[in-house]
Amino acid sequence: MTSATPLAGYSYAYLDAQTKRMIRRAILKAVAVPGYQVPFGSREMPLPYGWGTGGIQLTAALIGRDDTLKVIDQGADDTTNAVSIRAFFQRTAGVKTTTRTEEASLIQTRHRIPETPLQPGQILVYQVPIPEPLRWLEPRESETRRMHAWAEYGPMHVKLYEDIARHGEIAVSYAYPVMVEGRYLMSPSPIPKFDNPKLHRSPALQLFGAGREKRIYAIPPYSDVRSLDFQDHPFRIEPHGHACALCGSTDSFLNEVVMDDTGKRMHVCSDTDYCTTRRDHLEQGEAAE
Amino acid sequence: MYVSVTGGERAIAAAHRQLGQARRGDPAIPELSIAQIKAQMTLAVDRVMQEGSLHDPDLAALAIKQARGDLVEAIFLLRAYRTTLPRFGTSEVVKTAAMRVTRRISAIFKDVPGGQVLGQTFDYTHRLLDFSLMDEAEGQGQEEEASRRAAEAVPHPMPGIAAVLDGESLLEAPGDADAGDGAAVADLTRRPLEFPAGRDLRLQALARGDEGFLLALGYSTQRGYGNNHPFVGEIRQGSVAISLVPEELGFPIEIGEIELSECEMVNQFAGAPGKPPQFTRGYGLAFGENERKAMSMALVDRALRARDLGEPVDGPAQDEEFVLYHADNVEAQGFVQHLKLPHYVDFQSELDLVRSIRARFADSDHDGEGEQA
Amino acid sequence: MSAVLDTPLLSVRKLTHRYGSRVACRDISFDLHPGEVLAIVGESGSGKSTLLNCLSGGLPVERGVAFYRDRKGLAHDLGSLQEQDRRHLARTEWGFVRQNPRDGLRMRVSAGGNIGEPLMMVGARHYGDIRALAGDWLARVEIDPARLDDSPASFSGGMQQRLQIARNLVTAPRLVFMDEPTGGLDVSVQARLLDLLRALVADLGLAVLIVTHDLAVARLLSHRVLVMQGGDVIETGLTDQVLDDPQAPYTQLLVSSILEG
Repeated sequence: MTSATPLAGYSYAYLDAQTKRMIRRAILKAVAVPGYQVPFGSREMPLPYGWGTGGIQLTAALIGRDDTLKVIDQGADDTTNAVSIRAFFQRTAGVKTTTRTEEASLIQTRHRIPETPLQPGQILVYQVPIPEPLRWLEPRESETRRMHAWAEYGPMHVKLYEDIARHGEIAVSYAYPVMVEGRYLMSPSPIPKFDNPKLHRSPALQLFGAGREKRIYAIPPYSDVRSLDFQDHPFRIEPHGHACALCGSTDSFLNEVVMDDTGKRMHVCSDTDYCTTRRDHLEQGEAAE
Repeated sequence: MYVSVTGGERAIAAAHRQLGQARRGDPAIPELSIAQIKAQMTLAVDRVMQEGSLHDPDLAALAIKQARGDLVEAIFLLRAYRTTLPRFGTSEVVKTAAMRVTRRISAIFKDVPGGQVLGQTFDYTHRLLDFSLMDEAEGQGQEEEASRRAAEAVPHPMPGIAAVLDGESLLEAPGDADAGDGAAVADLTRRPLEFPAGRDLRLQALARGDEGFLLALGYSTQRGYGNNHPFVGEIRQGSVAISLVPEELGFPIEIGEIELSECEMVNQFAGAPGKPPQFTRGYGLAFGENERKAMSMALVDRALRARDLGEPVDGPAQDEEFVLYHADNVEAQGFVQHLKLPHYVDFQSELDLVRSIRARFADSDHDGEGEQA
Repeated sequence: MSAVLDTPLLSVRKLTHRYGSRVACRDISFDLHPGEVLAIVGESGSGKSTLLNCLSGGLPVERGVAFYRDRKGLAHDLGSLQEQDRRHLARTEWGFVRQNPRDGLRMRVSAGGNIGEPLMMVGARHYGDIRALAGDWLARVEIDPARLDDSPASFSGGMQQRLQIARNLVTAPRLVFMDEPTGGLDVSVQARLLDLLRALVADLGLAVLIVTHDLAVARLLSHRVLVMQGGDVIETGLTDQVLDDPQAPYTQLLVSSILEG
């Protein structure tokens, strides 16, 4: 989609210059200390807290007239909230938008990393509900800040130990905790653990925004990001053994779609751009034959 | 052939149209005017301004109209608008002692200098539905006239009750309740809350916090969850002048007047090593006639001072993190309602995990049976 | 500072702590050597717990000095130690057994998890090894290893205390602080616990600083004893000597009251 004139009477991308400056400073701090949660003066936005205000503020602080923006939710460009956020930036920044991962300079995402590998120069902005990976083990912020300061992550390792003792495996399926550059424990946002390997040594800049909790954190390009595990229970992704009913992919994240009352299901790629691109190539391939 | 659900844009547009129609309702019924809401739903307007952290009765009324009467939604609208406004600076400290009082009561003394002035309040009304209000004809002119006359007779300036206790040094000085390091007042809307929070940030969070939440917490302290034996030292309502020192002028100018409700609670006396016991304070301040809010705020303010005063912290109202993190209804409603957003990818992951664990469980059952046989 | 054979593990000189105007402990001085058990005895209000807290980091060292010599022979001034470094010492060289085991355990975590946590805090990442070591330790403190996955909430008080001991000893600390470890337990349970402690301390060559009001505990476990009253050390020496032949009148009173009691 081509760019348009931004909304009159408002700053470019809605946020005023002072706020953008404050957010950019927070981003720089975050990039300087990979995985560390930087507190920032999150603003009230026209979308509710919980709907991606953190990601929106990051995008608004970074986006410029030369950018191409992609917005996805659950991996899809056309889920209602992704549509709403994309429209917000079209209105307030008049920015070019796309559904093609390869064409985007800035991608805002909720709960998935695109299947298409990212390139140097791309920025991935994650929407984060609960930035604190220790929150379910320790509700007090004053205490979790100390734990990060002293790298005292015992309770997290204990939780994983207990999972294995009780269930035979680590019972975490999304928002799977990672260690960034061997120092900070981080929540990668509620992406499925399937996506965790994509965090490691990504050429892209990965930024995480939590608007309601007022924290920004970052993984600079090519950073070391390791999912927590034990040597004899290493992190691994079980092959799901299904193929996408539309494009045939067996190595992307698939969603079950319930077809009818009898519980008949089919599996479909959650990443709509990836799936569409594959289908286009398949058709072209068939057409060529 | 399965086609994934698209048309999210059209769905949203259709939803917005439907909402617009619902807001207007039956076109045969006269449309609500901003003026009506402002004049006749004043307390709703007061609450929206208070929790929206923006004093503008017209905008608050507009927000209420647009939100179809949902005050939490209206508060959100006002907050979002506030973000876009430029800031000129900070006002001078408001002098509530110089308030033009329309209502002033105290529960700790029967008679006080300046008297007990009931003003307009629901307090002594009998809660009987007044069916005469169902007629839209004009009326109640006589009541209005009487109350206007009463308002003129109120002394001004109204002397404060605290002065009575101050004479004997029975009440801690206002500055005693603060960190007292002379630092500038922090702004909660500009920087994130960090703990321990200073009293300035606490009071700001309480001022814009959800009235229901604070009411419940205040109530809980009265029922024993961190009781501090509160008394209403003074409640006063009326108008105060707002002054500002513009950079260009270098001296204060009055930029207007607003209505405020102020509550000073007098609480259980504390003592410290080397200091004899004194009564302690709780403070609440709200726009307009939002008295219940000011009282709840004062109760929770005092409860949150437990740690500073060396009291044991055992009730939720005394737990700083618990109270301040959950008081903001814009944050709360956003996160609660965000559960409506699609979560099917994470749910898929959970499905896979549960299936895997169940399979392991079933396997180990079979192993057990094998051994027994 | 090089490591000398007989160099004390812990050196305390004129340690004093006040709560406002009240002096809780005054001018306390002593040395503790590797493998030595020192009992600090006194009635409640004697200042013994305050002293323990000052040395283990629960209270700041405001007056006087205290030095701890680590595995590498480096001396740390406990009065000026950074919190980060104190926590590192606490993880790698110290243990702290609390009077109430519930204060020293994670009640919602299994026994195995409780013993495993200190190992994981110093970098253990092999589940099987952690589990095996935890199982060994359970056996060592005389808890059935089959209870590895049980929550301590289902254990008796004595078992909980033994679990706390295992949790503290699994990282092979050099110095263990103990605050009334047998308090609140039945007499017979106490005796069993004391036997266990004595054996472990000897096996592992632990240095222990133990606070107790119970002279019998001091007699059974400690080489030396410090008797405190009203914040002062009023007598010190080899345990047997002090308890068999107390010099100070207060010590004589304490000793005679056990015989009568």
